Amino acid sequence: MENLGTFLSVLSEGLPETLTATIGGIALTIVLSLVAGLALLSPSKTVRVISRIYVEGLRGTSEVVQLFWIFFVLPVLVGFQIVPIWAGVLVLGLNHGAYGAEIVRGAVQSVPRAQYEGAIALGLSPAQRMRRVILPQAVVEMLPPFNNLFIQLLKSTAILSFVSVNEITRQAQQVLVPRFNPQAFEIFMLLLVIYLVLSLIITAVMRFLERVAAARVGRRPSAEARRQAAGAGVA
Amino acid sequence: MNVWDWNFAAEILPALLNGLRVTVIATVLGSVIAFALGLVLAVLGRGPRPVRIVVRGLVEFIRSTPLLVQIYFLYFVLPGFGIVLGALTIGVLALGVHYATYTSEVYRAGIEAVPRGQWEAATALSLPRGRVWTGVVLPQAIPRVLPALGNYVISMFKETPLLIGIGVLDIVGQARQVGGENFRYVEAYTLAGLLFLLLSYPAALAVRRLERRRAVR
Repeated sequence: MENLGTFLSVLSEGLPETLTATIGGIALTIVLSLVAGLALLSPSKTVRVISRIYVEGLRGTSEVVQLFWIFFVLPVLVGFQIVPIWAGVLVLGLNHGAYGAEIVRGAVQSVPRAQYEGAIALGLSPAQRMRRVILPQAVVEMLPPFNNLFIQLLKSTAILSFVSVNEITRQAQQVLVPRFNPQAFEIFMLLLVIYLVLSLIITAVMRFLERVAAARVGRRPSAEARRQAAGAGVA
Repeated sequence: MNVWDWNFAAEILPALLNGLRVTVIATVLGSVIAFALGLVLAVLGRGPRPVRIVVRGLVEFIRSTPLLVQIYFLYFVLPGFGIVLGALTIGVLALGVHYATYTSEVYRAGIEAVPRGQWEAATALSLPRGRVWTGVVLPQAIPRVLPALGNYVISMFKETPLLIGIGVLDIVGQARQVGGENFRYVEAYTLAGLLFLLLSYPAALAVRRLERRRAVR
């Protein structure tokens, strides 16, 4: 236990990269999920097909392959190298955005038809219908599965160690383990606990947002939706 | 130099297929562990209170932390306890244990969906505890959750490339190796991605069909 302070300080040097990847990845995931999720429900067949190809293509291949593809292949095609951390954010966002798109589609479709009809009867434009009536209700359904998705994303940031991003897993495996091999147990336990704490923070934030979103549409957070989400949302 | 070289692609394909074999082996063996251990965790999760708390805590901990770190954990920590295993064995073990925590949640949902009356009837018939599980509850719970289990097999298949972290030459490991030897990554990683899609997309469609068939019935 005598080196615990060293371990903690070396690991925390990797925290900025892990947090950048997580927060950047989550931001990109939210944008792509909404865009692709709504595109899956578009009246235009072309838009639907394009978003379907994105969703199935990204969900059908391995995240590690996607990372290596963006890191090693894309530079050959476009002629310039992407900074590793941003390649990471891009892959995390693209990959989890494809899963998130299905969540958004499912949640929008779960809003009762009568809500659409009511919004049309009130003379709201399609954009107003979506923004004022459908999405606020759909968001309540989306948040529990998105909680799982974001935890998956946090866990996926560990793969960025493969492309030499100095995040916490790489700090442990490349810096600490070679120097303190007999204490590998302590090092990795500490690392796992850090991930656990980060995932608990994500859950706490999402629970708070669930309450806010539910209150906005005059509901309590649905225990049913959360129970359904418990099994879903794996990369 | 062309961006895409068909001759080179044909040249490296055997190596990639060799890697694919390792990937499939890891997925199949990992799934066997995940299915069996997940069931044990699900049943223990309904046991006496202290057991339940420990099992649920363990499941939450493993679910919330990265598989890659768990792979490193086993790889670097087990030898310290005198357990020396091959890299592929460690990979299979890590995949199996990690996914067991997912499948245990799936089984749990399936078990909870068995109507109370079934338990009561089993008690009324004074069936022994073991028979209640194997003869009454699980035969009703497991068929219901098969599609969900299938989805996890596909997820696991896509996560096996994490094993390159400990030097397993799966499909991505092979791609990295042949790519690095020739400084040509375009063909290797593109083919690796296509091979994943080729296997996982039909599998996903099959699982979706199974899901719909169950929903109709």
